[in-house]
Amino acid sequence: MSPTELADTATDLPYTEEHSIFRASARRFFETECAPHQEAWGKAKLAPRSIWARAGEMGFLCPRVPPEYGGAGGDILFSVILIEEQVRTGAIAPMMSLHSDIVAPYLTSYGTQAQKARYLPGMINGEIITAIAMTEPSGGSDLQAMRTTAKRDGDDYIINGQKTFISNGICADLIIVAAKTDPAARARGISLFLVEADQAKGFARGRNLDKLGQHASDTAELFFEDVRVPAANLLGGKEGRGFAQLMDRLVEERLMASVASVAMIDRALAITIDYVKGRQAFGQRILDFQNTRFKLAEAKTEATVLHIFLEFMDGGLDPAAAAALKYWATDQQCAIIDDCVQLHGGYGYILDYPIAQMWVDGRITRIYAGANEIMKDIVGRAVSAEATHDG
Amino acid sequence: MIRSRHYTPAHEDFRQTVRRFMERECAPHRDEWQKAGRTPSDLWLRAGEAGLLCPKVGSEFGGGGGDLYHGLIIIEEQTRICFNELTFYLHSDIIAPYIELYGTEDQKARYLPRLISGELVTAIAMTEPGAGSDLQAIRTTARPDGNGYRLNGQKVFISNGQVANLIVVAAKTDPEGGARGISLFLMETDGTEGFTRGRNLNKIGCKAQDSSELFFDDVRLAPDSLLGGAEGQGFAQLMLRLPEERLIMAMSAVANTEEAVAETARYVEQRQAFGQKLSGFQNTRFKLAECKTKAMLGRAFLERSIDAFIEGRFDATQGAMIKWWTTQRQYEVADECLQLHGGYGYMSEYDISRRFADSRLGRIAGGTNEIMKDIIGRTL
Repeated sequence: MSPTELADTATDLPYTEEHSIFRASARRFFETECAPHQEAWGKAKLAPRSIWARAGEMGFLCPRVPPEYGGAGGDILFSVILIEEQVRTGAIAPMMSLHSDIVAPYLTSYGTQAQKARYLPGMINGEIITAIAMTEPSGGSDLQAMRTTAKRDGDDYIINGQKTFISNGICADLIIVAAKTDPAARARGISLFLVEADQAKGFARGRNLDKLGQHASDTAELFFEDVRVPAANLLGGKEGRGFAQLMDRLVEERLMASVASVAMIDRALAITIDYVKGRQAFGQRILDFQNTRFKLAEAKTEATVLHIFLEFMDGGLDPAAAAALKYWATDQQCAIIDDCVQLHGGYGYILDYPIAQMWVDGRITRIYAGANEIMKDIVGRAVSAEATHDG
Repeated sequence: MIRSRHYTPAHEDFRQTVRRFMERECAPHRDEWQKAGRTPSDLWLRAGEAGLLCPKVGSEFGGGGGDLYHGLIIIEEQTRICFNELTFYLHSDIIAPYIELYGTEDQKARYLPRLISGELVTAIAMTEPGAGSDLQAIRTTARPDGNGYRLNGQKVFISNGQVANLIVVAAKTDPEGGARGISLFLMETDGTEGFTRGRNLNKIGCKAQDSSELFFDDVRLAPDSLLGGAEGQGFAQLMLRLPEERLIMAMSAVANTEEAVAETARYVEQRQAFGQKLSGFQNTRFKLAECKTKAMLGRAFLERSIDAFIEGRFDATQGAMIKWWTTQRQYEVADECLQLHGGYGYMSEYDISRRFADSRLGRIAGGTNEIMKDIIGRTL
């Protein structure tokens, strides 16, 4: 079943001809080379390395990395297009946006010249698959409470600890690991390390975790037991910067999470509008019932509001606005997909129908990139600060 | 704050004038006018003198020649002093355009200067006891009589019904004609026989704004009182104006949402409970965060819609979307913010209680939100 073609959303974002060509080729790639394999990859709980290499070959990995490292030097809209087109086909794997939009910017923004030169070209062509390891069994959103340590030892650091819920954890060749270089300090004690999996003695991947949805993507526990990492692999070359680096990157990460959720809303709506037009009950189309029209009208309006808010992405979002957007977009996405399941009736519960798959796959968004409760805390504190400032 | 690309420093100057007027001429009288259930007619003359009436009407009629932003500024400034009942927007941005856009040259020249000065205060009479959102079902008739008309019927919920001396009345010139049977008439109330105002209706909120029943018993209308001079145009005239009218409602909804959040954020900073500030409780922060998010989204929605309107890209569906979404959020936010005020939130001396009561209207007025969803749903 192919979703109704959505008209290009009315948008003020500065899309060019080049973006359109890129979009068309991304759409072909996800439709023909990723979407048909989701079930097989889901059974394997892993996408093959070959699809990463293929994505690299097509120019779909790290589209924003500057040309001096072999990248295309594109703007943020290239990332938006890739996310939208991947979501449109329902292809969960490969987790390209994590690699391109979350991990790669740590290198481009904070990496030393040597680090950029060593890793970025491989990340762009798909030879190096990446992950980022922050969350631990005892600490998710509360990063400062992490227990993994990195102790300086001569020209190396020795990492000890455990991470969990790490996306790409099974397939990653390079993992950015957050660890405490100063366990006594909180935020300022955290540093980020570039860990090459095949060089790291003492590094072990745990189970490929069974998840509620997103089965085609691998998610793992990671174990570090006296893992020796050269000091040259301390991101940016200075200790204690990790927390600030993470915080700094979160605005964009939340923005991209919102882009994905809005794309999910668009897809759910397109699929559901198709369905209610084709399905009859009590002598009329499901669409002709007032309840159906009202529910879909509400969802359509929410999608419109969110698209408008996304137009402010280009430099216009402060951390509180990004947090507000993330919480609202993901909440709306889950609520709307749930309404859409309802409008499908019994078929909405059957995984052959894409809306059912969206329902299970989509639940993570309210938790990842900072739980929505954390988002509300950020926004709430900003409101408070503003009120105090107003006096 | 997110602002439209069409917002200029000249608008900011206008805002200062409006703010002074609101603070000096309106705020001190709020309680008194709320008790009276209406605003005094000399308020309108003073507003006219200050340049607050019809800022968007063309300068050839003595108007300000402004844009949507002038209306928005007035709404924002009255919202700032929690005075939702001031109906300048109704007079200036909803009714005056009927005359300016559809009126004959003679009607424009006769009425617009007096609308601008405040000598004429206007109302628009569409809704009837048996016809609200379903406008085609109106029963008021205007039958030919000599070279004029005879108006018979009844209207209800008419804002400015007590204070208005010029009323735009929707009536059937062809009772069999459905939508095409409706025409609009300009009726001056002074010395008009057969016209009576009913009770000033007692409402949940918006206490200082008068709302009335109106009765027309064989009212004689002159031939040139037919708006635009051609019969049967009324429904189309009304429909064409709806997107902008709904955008204006969204302005008030967004402004009230923002003010509710701002005043509640201040309240929870100074109010203590169980040994800490209310703002220290997680629930308070989360609820305010939800409200703030709705306010931010609403503002972005509004400003981009104003852009679209000014650039000629704003249609009926967008009007329906922004109207239901912003008025629904306004109501939810007012309710949550009242809750955070505790018992004080239930007391009328706290603005939030008035905002809450006022906010209930937005989901009904300007076409109920159910009608809005129907309009959107039909495009799917």
